[in-house]
Amino acid sequence: MIWEIFRQEREGLPFQHGGSLDAPNLAFAEAYARELYGRRDESFALWIVPREAVDEVRDPYVADVFDRDYRRVDGYSLKVKLKEARERAGTAGAG
Amino acid sequence: MSAQELLALADDELILGWRNSEWTGIAPFLEEDVAFSSIAQTEIGHARAWYELAAKQLDTDADSLAFDRQPGEYRCAPFVELRFVPDWAQTIARHWLYESADAIRIQALMQSDDSQIAGLSEKIDREEAYHRMHADMWADRLREEARFQQAVDELWPYALGVLEPDQRDRLCEAVSRDPVDAVERSTHTGELAPLWEEMTMVRRSVPGASW
Repeated sequence: MIWEIFRQEREGLPFQHGGSLDAPNLAFAEAYARELYGRRDESFALWIVPREAVDEVRDPYVADVFDRDYRRVDGYSLKVKLKEARERAGTAGAG
Repeated sequence: MSAQELLALADDELILGWRNSEWTGIAPFLEEDVAFSSIAQTEIGHARAWYELAAKQLDTDADSLAFDRQPGEYRCAPFVELRFVPDWAQTIARHWLYESADAIRIQALMQSDDSQIAGLSEKIDREEAYHRMHADMWADRLREEARFQQAVDELWPYALGVLEPDQRDRLCEAVSRDPVDAVERSTHTGELAPLWEEMTMVRRSVPGASW
């Protein structure tokens, strides 16, 4: 049975995936996780999670068929929009 | 604590650590290989600490005590000398019985009037807690297996020999078994000499060298 191990390096930091290990039950998984991720005092705490409990979502991107790129975290392409705005302003100023 | 008593402790840990290290690279699966090798290594580390205390009394050093004595001079219990590779059931039976016995011994040493002994025992016990966790989880898993039960039956008289007679009742209680005649510490099995040959081979190859 495969277990996913998450480790917290210091108190307060987010848990990050450390790796996985093979163990027949939780007691074994805990012993091996201590050995592989705790022996050198490299972790403040561990999460030990059966791999089946992890719900993996593939291709999680929700297609935007309409132009709503303002929702995206990468934001606007300001360069083009600024250029267009400057052109409009320049035209207005000349007129 | 006398030097001979310290040597008994140190020799138990060194020889058992050595036997357990024979599983490095060939344990039943990779995670266990890492865990069992690590346990073997900490046992040898504990041996080193006890040898250092004995060495002060005997005016020598830990390496000399570990490797320069003749097989007959070792004070270890016959229990730790037995070679079990490739039998995992026997290995775990010994591991569980030894850790159960060692817990009783270390508890007693932690109460020692000698602050050096008590302090070292406390440090060692913190690592032994992991050994016990590992031994107990394996014993729980193999408890119903005939091979494991048979190995525990066979090794029980040897396990009692690790402890002083007045501590043996506590081991009987800890592992729920009846007392029997123990295989005592004063004797050695035929398996110690070949182990010693291999263990001291490199050191003997260049006598007096510093490494």
